[in-house]
Amino acid sequence: MENLVKLTIDGVSVEVPAGTTVLEAAKKAGINIPTLCYLKDINQIGACRMCIVDTGARAFGAACVLPVTEGMNVKTNTPKIREARRVNLELLLSNHDKKCLDCVRNQKCELQQMCQDLGVDDVDKYKGKMNSYDIDDLSPSIVRNNNKCILCRRCVAACVNTQAVGVIGPMGRGFKTKIGSAWEQPLNDVACINCGQCIAACPTGALYEKDSTKAVWDLLNDETKHVVVQPAPAVRVALGEEFGLPMGTSVTGKLAAALRRLGFEKVFDTDWGADLTIMEEGTEFINRVKNGGVLPMITSCSPGWIKFCETYYPDFIPNLSTCKSPHEMEGAMIKSYWAEKAGIDPKDIRVVSVMPCTAKKFEAKRPELSHNGMQDVDEVITTRELARMIKEAGIDFANLPDEDFDPMLGESTGAAVIFGATGGVMEAALRTVYEIMTESKIEPEEVEDNDIFTTVKEAARRTVKEIVNKTKLFMAFHDVRGLKGVKEATIRINDTDVNVAVAHGTANAAKLLDSIRSGEKTYHFIEVMACPGGCVTGGGQPIVSAQKRMECDPKALRAAALYLEDAGKPERKSHENASIMNLYKDYLGEPNGHLAHELLHTHYVERPKYKK
Amino acid sequence: MPDKEKYAKLQEVIEKHKGERGAVMPCLQEAMNIFGYVPQDVQEMIADGLGTTLSEVYGVSTFYSQFSLKPKGKHVIGVCLGTACYVKGSQKILDTLCEELKIQPGDTTDDGLFTLNATRCLGACGLAPVMMIGEDVFGRLTPDQVPGILDKFRA
Repeated sequence: MENLVKLTIDGVSVEVPAGTTVLEAAKKAGINIPTLCYLKDINQIGACRMCIVDTGARAFGAACVLPVTEGMNVKTNTPKIREARRVNLELLLSNHDKKCLDCVRNQKCELQQMCQDLGVDDVDKYKGKMNSYDIDDLSPSIVRNNNKCILCRRCVAACVNTQAVGVIGPMGRGFKTKIGSAWEQPLNDVACINCGQCIAACPTGALYEKDSTKAVWDLLNDETKHVVVQPAPAVRVALGEEFGLPMGTSVTGKLAAALRRLGFEKVFDTDWGADLTIMEEGTEFINRVKNGGVLPMITSCSPGWIKFCETYYPDFIPNLSTCKSPHEMEGAMIKSYWAEKAGIDPKDIRVVSVMPCTAKKFEAKRPELSHNGMQDVDEVITTRELARMIKEAGIDFANLPDEDFDPMLGESTGAAVIFGATGGVMEAALRTVYEIMTESKIEPEEVEDNDIFTTVKEAARRTVKEIVNKTKLFMAFHDVRGLKGVKEATIRINDTDVNVAVAHGTANAAKLLDSIRSGEKTYHFIEVMACPGGCVTGGGQPIVSAQKRMECDPKALRAAALYLEDAGKPERKSHENASIMNLYKDYLGEPNGHLAHELLHTHYVERPKYKK
Repeated sequence: MPDKEKYAKLQEVIEKHKGERGAVMPCLQEAMNIFGYVPQDVQEMIADGLGTTLSEVYGVSTFYSQFSLKPKGKHVIGVCLGTACYVKGSQKILDTLCEELKIQPGDTTDDGLFTLNATRCLGACGLAPVMMIGEDVFGRLTPDQVPGILDKFRA
């Protein structure tokens, strides 16, 4: 039995488990206490003093770090509290540049929202000395503008704790305190993995992706180029949020329509590349098992994870699958296979990827991801950047008709779409590996209620949809779904037990790798995604505010939309993708064959932790 | 002490504090004693040895004024900017030193001879304006005395 604590907040009586904070208890009582530095599961440090409450103690307490006690009488809305919060906020503003109109987070900024909510009527109330910082835009992925930083340390917590990277931190003291990397090095010169979880954590516009929309507009305007586009699986279950649709809405058809209206010559789909990845990666795994290759084999789809491994765990480089990531595979196929079929010189083709990811911007520039001197992918924009382009183009997104992706490199199976969630690549790979190795068929299986099913129902409720494919929602190997940091499963394939593991968030990946290094664990196959939750909550996805994260979990809701999409697909295994089979028959030959190796596989480099 | 010995000594210190909570502070303090300052490679050694990040170590080293990121000169000059000295014109003494040494407060001359600091009250208000060079105190200073005093330390 949980130990329950009774307390009163603004006259409302609530009962919550011991250890709950006043902030969480207030939420239960229907009271939103304002916060800036608090971020559920990531940062609870009581630093910004926005959430102060009156408990009758000598001083106001910070609700985000204040545990409830029996009989506590909390007041969150007294004249003194309101005044104190407003003064704290006005003091924060006194060292903030307040240039909202051209800020990338305009209307999505927690600081701006707070000014409105707390009734700030003079942003210049405390005039005085202000810090002035140069903008660090040298990283291909992440821009830091400390003129907008409020020192909440949410980015630091994400970098240090969630990702075990820790290349940013507070430095200096007092008024001169700032967030950055040691020795004032730009982010590009330290061992940042480009994941962008700092951006997702930032309440203001101090962190944002390096803009590529201007480059893409220029390409679209260039009549000498054939500009084609491909969006990642996770984009379709988050983009709608930028246009006011509820979290968990799948907008696949509208996404294809919007891309076409932006002027892309062909609207392909990275899901196709994901199916291709499974064919290559599945075959690679089977070969490693059969031929005594390096095991465990670890997936290579997530560029943040790859850079993490290259930098912090280089001894695992031989374990990485040599497969390029899905959009890189697709880019390589566009500039070879499609170019040949369409009779276009690959030099005149430009590939744009729409990704939930900031690390993909770095990945696309890796010299080894090229062929004949041409990068496989030319430009990468995030889901947020695509939303900005759609808005700039005046496209009424929410009312677009549903359209299909273009054939040849646009058809996909349910296995591909689940790539966007943690466990998805593993589940997709197992569907194919199992069927090929056992020469048997796996079928959908009905399950008792579980966490995933509950979230799917929640997603359906929010988006006012009926779950039409209820009986098809789960297939074999669904043990690897869900939000546990490290997930394990054992699959009996022929006469062998195959041990698999899935980690999301590089701190969890580090734990998993440590357990292998120490000999405590032995696995055959591992999936790692750099971002917690996988690509659905990647560093390039629509930002979810701290208040909203208290109400729902974007990791679960967006993943639910992917699983629903998987359930609705006629084909759910990559080796059943007729278009991919055609590619092998017509062009590539065999999976892992000579041409496939040349175009679809890559290698990795050890990277120094410190720049010398 | 040769560099090799210094690093070996630091390694010992790190081993001693490894696994302790708040181990960064004592390691940085010992490193200050060994090296006289805490440069990047020393901080990297502390970070890797303690299993923390360089940004964490750097954060601590820039929070506390007792840590110096740059090597100190042979002679450390402290010019008092306490109330009494300031009223008696110590800012002009500091400005003259900056001009003579061609450095800013907190910096060290290229030849490694002088480090210039502005300090709080040195407790010799009766002699205002006051500066210290190493352990020597100079009082009732005027700007024109500064070059001559510096020359003594250059010899």
